[in-house]
Amino acid sequence: MSDSFRATLAKDEAALVTEAKAGSYAAFEELVNRYEKKIYRLGMNITGSPEDAEDVLQETFLKAFEHLPEFREDARFYTWIVRIAVNEALMKLRKRRASKEVPVEDSEDDEGAVTVREFADWKPNPEQQMARAELENILQNAIRALPPSFRTVFYLRDVEDLSTEETAELLNLSVGAVKARLFRARLRLREDLSKVFKRG
Amino acid sequence: MLTCKKAIGEISNYLDGDLDVELKQVLEVHLGKCHHCHAVLDTTRKTIELYCDGKLFSLPDDVRTRLHEALRRKLQRT
Repeated sequence: MSDSFRATLAKDEAALVTEAKAGSYAAFEELVNRYEKKIYRLGMNITGSPEDAEDVLQETFLKAFEHLPEFREDARFYTWIVRIAVNEALMKLRKRRASKEVPVEDSEDDEGAVTVREFADWKPNPEQQMARAELENILQNAIRALPPSFRTVFYLRDVEDLSTEETAELLNLSVGAVKARLFRARLRLREDLSKVFKRG
Repeated sequence: MLTCKKAIGEISNYLDGDLDVELKQVLEVHLGKCHHCHAVLDTTRKTIELYCDGKLFSLPDDVRTRLHEALRRKLQRT
């Protein structure tokens, strides 16, 4: 996204927030329409569960609606709702951990060796050589197989494009822990995808 | 000299532009000579690209409908 386009978008967003704070439900709904897909995706990527992702989506926008009067307009609305959504998604994970639905490997630490077994180049443009649905299935299965703490860091850093520092602050982790988890997440995803995409 | 293990350990930081100049140069020399490590770098970069382009997990229509219904109920209560 170009800086000028981002600036235009941010300006529109600020105007919508001002109208929504003044009581316009239509303006709030426009903000929801703009970001609902991204927040659902965030919920799916972090929790790995459609039911939890739907709860994250609803809770995020219900809380945003309720707390809109407290929102400071010098911040970006999207950054604010991402923060709410990440907290909601982490709460879901904690609840599942308490009820032992989260696999034990979530306790995997950030140290220790990362095993790389696949050294082959990939076929060129693998995404163009298979049906969209098949590719999505492969990517979804690989990210779901990561421990939740790894896929959360991967999603925020590489898909949401948050900085290492922003991710660390949001997840209450050290910068070093974010980097270590990101490294492991990237390498493990790459290893899984290599089994499908490698040449020969 | 950089071992393959050390080189692979720095690939993620390299992709983020997080290495100091000296280590970056040493790593690039290694990557220029070691096809395995170069393949790991390329495929890690491609992995990230696939997830960025992926638009994974589309929002189902019924989930969207329930979200907007919940918001309207909330609006009516306030």
